[in-house]
Amino acid sequence: MTQTDFVKLVLPFKDKVYRLARRLLVSKEEAEDATQEILIKLWNNKEKIEDYKNVEAFSMTMTKNLCLDRLKSKQAQNLKIVHSNYQDHNLSLQKQVELNDSVDWVSKIMEELPEQQKIIVQLRDIEDYEFDEIAKVLEMNETAVRVALSRARKTIREKLTKKHSYGIK
Amino acid sequence: MALNNIEQLLEKYDNAETSLAEEAQIRAYFAQEEVPAHLESYKLLFQYVSHTKQEQFTKDVPLQPKRTKVYQWISVAAVAVLMLGAYFQVTQMNQTKTLDDLSHEQLMAYNQTMEVFNLVSTKLNKGSAHLGALDLVSTKLNEGAENLVYVKEFNKATNKIIKNK
Repeated sequence: MTQTDFVKLVLPFKDKVYRLARRLLVSKEEAEDATQEILIKLWNNKEKIEDYKNVEAFSMTMTKNLCLDRLKSKQAQNLKIVHSNYQDHNLSLQKQVELNDSVDWVSKIMEELPEQQKIIVQLRDIEDYEFDEIAKVLEMNETAVRVALSRARKTIREKLTKKHSYGIK
Repeated sequence: MALNNIEQLLEKYDNAETSLAEEAQIRAYFAQEEVPAHLESYKLLFQYVSHTKQEQFTKDVPLQPKRTKVYQWISVAAVAVLMLGAYFQVTQMNQTKTLDDLSHEQLMAYNQTMEVFNLVSTKLNKGSAHLGALDLVSTKLNEGAENLVYVKEFNKATNKIIKNK
């Protein structure tokens, strides 16, 4: 497999790997490091890659495991929490600030979720994975995925509503 | 989309029963500017979702082609072969073979050759025993040659007598 083939193979899901890493590790730099490591691992095992039916699902599982390991390890103590700027030039400054703030809430609320729910929400709501794909990535059954997702969505909405109406009611 | 409809969808969404297509519908609905006040919190969520979707991995990944290590191992193998060759050469030179090391056939061949050599040597000894006679002849000859000295002396004596006459 040449470098071009590899890039072609990896291109569709490298951003997904990054976003999942970002979701779990929070820090941008950490997520970039993790993604890089995953891609290099894939590259080093490029002979075996062709045997896998679903490279994307396999990579997502690898990412999940790597990030959870990182969180557990001592390295996690050096995690930096960096938030990115969400920009939308169509909105007025007032609205933009407001929006940034509230969008930040969502990401903060998501950070409070248990790891597994984080991964599920990430894969379903952001990457649009089917339930059976998520089940494959996480090595659990579909029903459990649905239950966890429902729980996560409810938690997010509850907290969001609470924050949103803070000071109003 | 009717408010009624979206509320139903949202309920399904909360229970994680929506399909991907339905979720896309919900997202499309919340992408518009105005939503009812009680759905405001959902709007934030879906805005966040669509923002996050655009995040990209921009860092470069250094992909180094794996160096083939075969050549390195070939040299190692060559050195090993050389060393083994030298080792066996030396040991073979030092090794002295005794009769015990020989196989049965080799031993037979050895014994047969030894017998032949023995036979030849006994015949040779017999022949050399006869040489004793020759030896005797030669000593007799030497004795005879010594006696010739007397004949010379006799000659001198006769010459002297003839001169004196």
